[in-house]
Amino acid sequence: MDVSKVTGRIFDIQKYSVHDGPGIRTIVFLKGCALRCRWCCNPESQKFEIQHMNTDGASKLIGRDVTAGEVIEEVKKDAAYFRRSGGGLTLSGGEMLLQPDFALALLSLAKRQGMNTAVESTGFAQFETIERLLPYIDTYLLDIKHINSEKHKEFTSQPNELILENAVKIAQLAKKCIVRVPTIPTFNDTEEEIREIARFARTQMRVDEINLLPYHRLGKDKYTGLDRDYLMGDVLPPSDEHMEKLKRVCEEEGLRAKIGG
Amino acid sequence: MNYESMEKIKMTSRVQKLRDMLFEKMPQIEADRAVIVTESYKQTENLPIIKRRSHAFRSIMEKLPITIREGELIVGSNTKMPRSCQTFPEYSFEWLEAELDTVVTRNADPFYISEETKSALKEVHKYWKGKTTSDLATSYMAPEALKAIEHNIFTTGNYFYNGVGHLCVQYDKVLKIGYNGIKKEAQEALRKGDISCSRYAQGRSFLEAVIECCDAAVTYANRYALLAEEMAKQESGQRREELLKIAQNCRNVPANGATSFYEACQSFWFVQMLIQTEGSGHSISPGRFDQYMYPYFKKDYEEGKITLEFAQELVDCLWVKLNDLNKVRDAVSAEGFAGYSLFQNLIVGGQTKDGCDSSNELSYICLNATLHILLPQPSISIRVWNGSPTELLIMAAHVTRTGVGLPAYYNDEVIIPSMLSRGVALEDARNYCIIGCVEPQAPGKTDGWHDAAFFNMLRPLELVFSNGKSGGEQISIKTGNLTELDTYEKFFAAYKAQMDYMIKLLVNSDNAIDKAHAVRCPLPFLSSMVEDCIGRGKSVQEGGAVYNFTGPQGFGIANMADALYAMKKLVYDEKKYTLTEVKAALDANFNGDAPVMNAEDVTIKIASELSDSGAELNEEIIKEIYKNVKEAQGSASNPRWAQLLEDINALPKFGNDDDIVDEFAREAAYTYTRPMEQYKNPRGGMFQAGLYPVSANVPLGAQTGATPDGRLAFTPIADGVSPAAGRDVNGPTAAANSVSKLDHGIASNGTLFNMKFHPSALRGDEGLYNFVSLIRAYFDRKGMHVQFNVVSRETLIDAQKNPENYKNLVVRVAGYSALFTTLSRSLQDDIINRTEQMSF
Repeated sequence: MDVSKVTGRIFDIQKYSVHDGPGIRTIVFLKGCALRCRWCCNPESQKFEIQHMNTDGASKLIGRDVTAGEVIEEVKKDAAYFRRSGGGLTLSGGEMLLQPDFALALLSLAKRQGMNTAVESTGFAQFETIERLLPYIDTYLLDIKHINSEKHKEFTSQPNELILENAVKIAQLAKKCIVRVPTIPTFNDTEEEIREIARFARTQMRVDEINLLPYHRLGKDKYTGLDRDYLMGDVLPPSDEHMEKLKRVCEEEGLRAKIGG
Repeated sequence: MNYESMEKIKMTSRVQKLRDMLFEKMPQIEADRAVIVTESYKQTENLPIIKRRSHAFRSIMEKLPITIREGELIVGSNTKMPRSCQTFPEYSFEWLEAELDTVVTRNADPFYISEETKSALKEVHKYWKGKTTSDLATSYMAPEALKAIEHNIFTTGNYFYNGVGHLCVQYDKVLKIGYNGIKKEAQEALRKGDISCSRYAQGRSFLEAVIECCDAAVTYANRYALLAEEMAKQESGQRREELLKIAQNCRNVPANGATSFYEACQSFWFVQMLIQTEGSGHSISPGRFDQYMYPYFKKDYEEGKITLEFAQELVDCLWVKLNDLNKVRDAVSAEGFAGYSLFQNLIVGGQTKDGCDSSNELSYICLNATLHILLPQPSISIRVWNGSPTELLIMAAHVTRTGVGLPAYYNDEVIIPSMLSRGVALEDARNYCIIGCVEPQAPGKTDGWHDAAFFNMLRPLELVFSNGKSGGEQISIKTGNLTELDTYEKFFAAYKAQMDYMIKLLVNSDNAIDKAHAVRCPLPFLSSMVEDCIGRGKSVQEGGAVYNFTGPQGFGIANMADALYAMKKLVYDEKKYTLTEVKAALDANFNGDAPVMNAEDVTIKIASELSDSGAELNEEIIKEIYKNVKEAQGSASNPRWAQLLEDINALPKFGNDDDIVDEFAREAAYTYTRPMEQYKNPRGGMFQAGLYPVSANVPLGAQTGATPDGRLAFTPIADGVSPAAGRDVNGPTAAANSVSKLDHGIASNGTLFNMKFHPSALRGDEGLYNFVSLIRAYFDRKGMHVQFNVVSRETLIDAQKNPENYKNLVVRVAGYSALFTTLSRSLQDDIINRTEQMSF
C-alpha cells in the first residue's frame, strides 16, 4: 500500500517552531482529541468534525482532509533547516493517536526523508496503537497532567489510569521521552502536585527530562469564536518566580527541568 | 586561543568617552577643504587634470586644519568637529548652494552650518560654475536618457553629484611598505617607462601625480606628529606618554611599513580617512581587516608585546573613528541613503585565497568591537562558507541579538562562483570582500562602480499600461495598445521590451557619468593603492584597475512577481477583468484615496488616458465610466475597482514558498539581470546587475502610482529581494525559501534580503543556535545575503513617539545600519511595517 495516499484531517501546519522538539521544526496539527482540558489553547483542535470559528470578524473553516503525501511535500520544503538544526517534523493536535494510520504514514514518510520526528501526545489510547508508531518517533513529548485520577477527570474529562500505564511503557520503549506538564493554577501548580508528577516521571517512567509549560490565556478568544464558554474564568498565568520554584522541585527529584518547551 | 575569554573583554572608559563625544553636538559642515581645493585649482589652470588633482591633494594635506581629540589613541580627523564633513565642489555644488539655508532643518540627515561657512562656500562656488563632473556628465548624456531620469524610471544621481568611491584599496600594501614604498614603485615605473609609447605623456603625468600624493600623505602624518609633541608638552603622566607614542607612530606610518599592531592601526586609519578627503565617494570599504591586520597582531601577541585588552581597545578606537567621518548629500539623495551612512563595509571570516577557513582572533575582536560601540560604522559583515566555525557564527548572532542590525551575512558558496563567472580569478574571488551595502569585490584590484543606479522595475510596467507615455509625454517605446496585449505572453513581452529600452538608457547615463569622472576627477591618491594603476600608468577612473565593472541595481522584484502573477491569473486565466479595466483601477488607486475631483473631471481624465493607451471609446463606454466614477465616489463598498483590489489581495504572494508565484519572481528578476550582461563601460569592463534599493524604495515608491500587485499609489516598494511588507505570512523559513529561489548568482553586484525578528526568537542559547541554523540553511539553498533587524515593533513605535529616549537605537535600514531617530518618518514607517518573524 502506498502510505502517501493515506488521508487524515489536520487544521494547521506551522513552520519555524522551535519549542516542540530539537532544532527548527514544522508542526502538523491533527484534528480531534479525546480529552477536553479546560485550559486548552487550541479548542478548535478538540472536535474531529470540520467546524467554523470566528476570527477577527470573519468566519474561518477549521480542518481539512489531506493525504499524508501532500503534508510531507509541504513539510519537506524546510528540509534544509531541519538538516542544519537537527529539527524535523512534530505531530501535534488534537491528538495524533486518534488518527493512527495517518500518523503512521506521516512519521514513516518523514523518516524516509531522514527527518527527525517528534510527537506531542496525551498518551491516551490503547497501547497497541502507540506501539506501532514508536519505531518512527525520535522524541515522544508526553503530557502528564496530574497524578490524582479524579482531579484529572474533573479538568480534562478523562481519568488518568490508562495514560500513566502507557507512560511507563512509552518511556521504556521510545528512543527519547520527555514529560511535559501544562502548569495550570487552580489545577496542578502547587509544589506538592508538581512533585508527585516529577517523582512519577523519575521513579516509574525513569525519564530524565521534564518541561513545565506555564498556563497562558492566548486561546481565550478562540472560545468566543467557537461560541463556547471559557471555563478558566479569570485565572492568571503563574508568576516567573513561582515557575522557578516549581522547576527547582523537579530538579530536587533528580530531573533536568525546563520552563517552556 | 580561547575565544570565549575574548568575548568577555569590556569596553574601556576611554572608548566610552570617545563614543559619547560623537553625539554631543549636531554634525556640521566645514568649508576648509572646499576653500583649499578652489585656491589650488585657480593656480593650476594650465596643468593636465591629473596633476591639478595631485596639487590640490597636496594643498589639502598641507593646509587642512588638524586636531587630536581628547583621549584619542588613533589620530587623524578631516574636520575640526566630530562627525562633521567637508564639501567637494569639484563634483557638484548647485544643490548645496540651494540648500545652504535648509540643510539644518531638513528631514533626513540635517547638518548645522555657520553663517561664516555659508559665505565661504558661496564665494568658492562662483569658481565652479560649468566646471564640475556633473556639468560634463549632463553634456555627455543622450536626451532620451535625461528624459527617462526626469520621469523617475531610474536615477543615476549618486555619481552624478558625488565621487564614486565603492572601493577597497590595498591596505595590506600600505601597511607593508608605506607611501615611501609606493612612491618608490612609481619612480621605478617612471624610470622604466617606454618613452616611445603613445601613452607616455599621460602615464608620466599620472605617476608624477602618484608621487606627489604619497609625499603629501607623509607630510600630513608628520603634522600630526608635531601636534602630538606640542600637546605632550602641556600634559603630564599617562596622557603625555600616549601623545609621545602617537607622535612616534605618525613619524613612522604611513610613510613606512608598520612595525607593530598599534602602528598598523594608525596606518590603516590614515589610509581610510585620507581616501575620503581626496574624493567624496562613499562606501570606502576596509574589507578584510581581520586578514591584512592579522600578521601585525599575531607577531605582537606571540612576542608578548600586546595584550588582548589593548588590541581590543585599539580596534574599539578605530570603530569610533569610522563613525567620526561624515558626508553631506543633497536632500533627495539623503532620503535614499538616510542615516548619515558612509557604508564603510568591513568583513570578517570566510576563506583564504587557497580555500581554507580564514577566521582568527581578530575576527572575534572585530565583532566584539561592534558589541562595544553599537554604532552603524563600520558596516560589519561576515562571510559564511561550509567550513565556517559555528563558534564564530554564534558570536555574530550575539551581535545580531543586540538589535544593531549588524553583521550582515554573506554566502561564499554563491558569491565565489558568481565572481568566477564574471572573469575574476579563483584566488581573487576567494579573497572577496563586500563594498558598501552588499556588493562583492576582489579587494585592491577592482573599480566596481557598484551602486551605479537605482532602477525602479515598476515604472516600465506603468509604461506598458500607458504604451510608453508618462505624464502625457511619449518617453519610451510603444509596446502596443492594451487591447492588443491579448495573451499573457504578449503582455510579458511588452514589459520585457520596456525594460530592455530603459536599461539601454540607464547604460547611456552611467557611461556618460563614468567618462566625466575620468576627464574631470581622476583620483591619483586612491589610484596609488589599486592594482594595476601604477603598472598601467592610469588612474582608477581611466581604467587602471585589474577588474572593472559597472553595477546598477534594480528593485521591486516582489511587487513585480505579485503583479505579473495577478495579471496572469485575473486577466488572462480567469478573464475576470480586462487590462483596460485594470488600468482604470490603477489610475484611480483602486479607489482607495481618489483625489477630490468632481465626477465629470475624473471621467474626462480617465477617458483621455484610456484613449492615449489605445482603448477605443464610444459614448456607451464613457457613460459606463461616468457611472462607475459616480458609484465609486458615492459608496466605497461596491465598485469593481475595490473588488479588483480585494481579488488581488486574496491571491498567493511572493514570500510564502509557493513555487508558482516564486517562479514569477525569478522571471521578473531576469528581465533586469540578463539584458544588463551585454553592456560595456568606458573603463573596459562589463555591466553586472544588483538587486537592492538601499533605502530608495521609499522615496522612489512615492513617485510610483498604484501597481497591479495591490500596492497603493505612492507607498513604498518592497525592499531588496525581500517579500513586500506584510505579504509573507508563513514564517521566516518560507520567506527565505522564496527568496532563495531567485537566481542570485547572476546578480553578481549583490542582492539584499532583509529579515525582521522579534527579539524573543533569539532568546537563550537555543535561540542563537536555531538562528544560526536558519542562516546556514538559507545559504545551503543558495541565498546570497541576509541581514536582520531584531527590535520589536513596540520598541520602534515607542522610539518614534519618544525619540529623546532612543538616541542610540540603531536599526538595519538596507545594506547598512543607522540611528533610527535620524531617519525620516516615512522610512521609519517602512521599517516598522516590514513583516516581523516570530518563532513558535
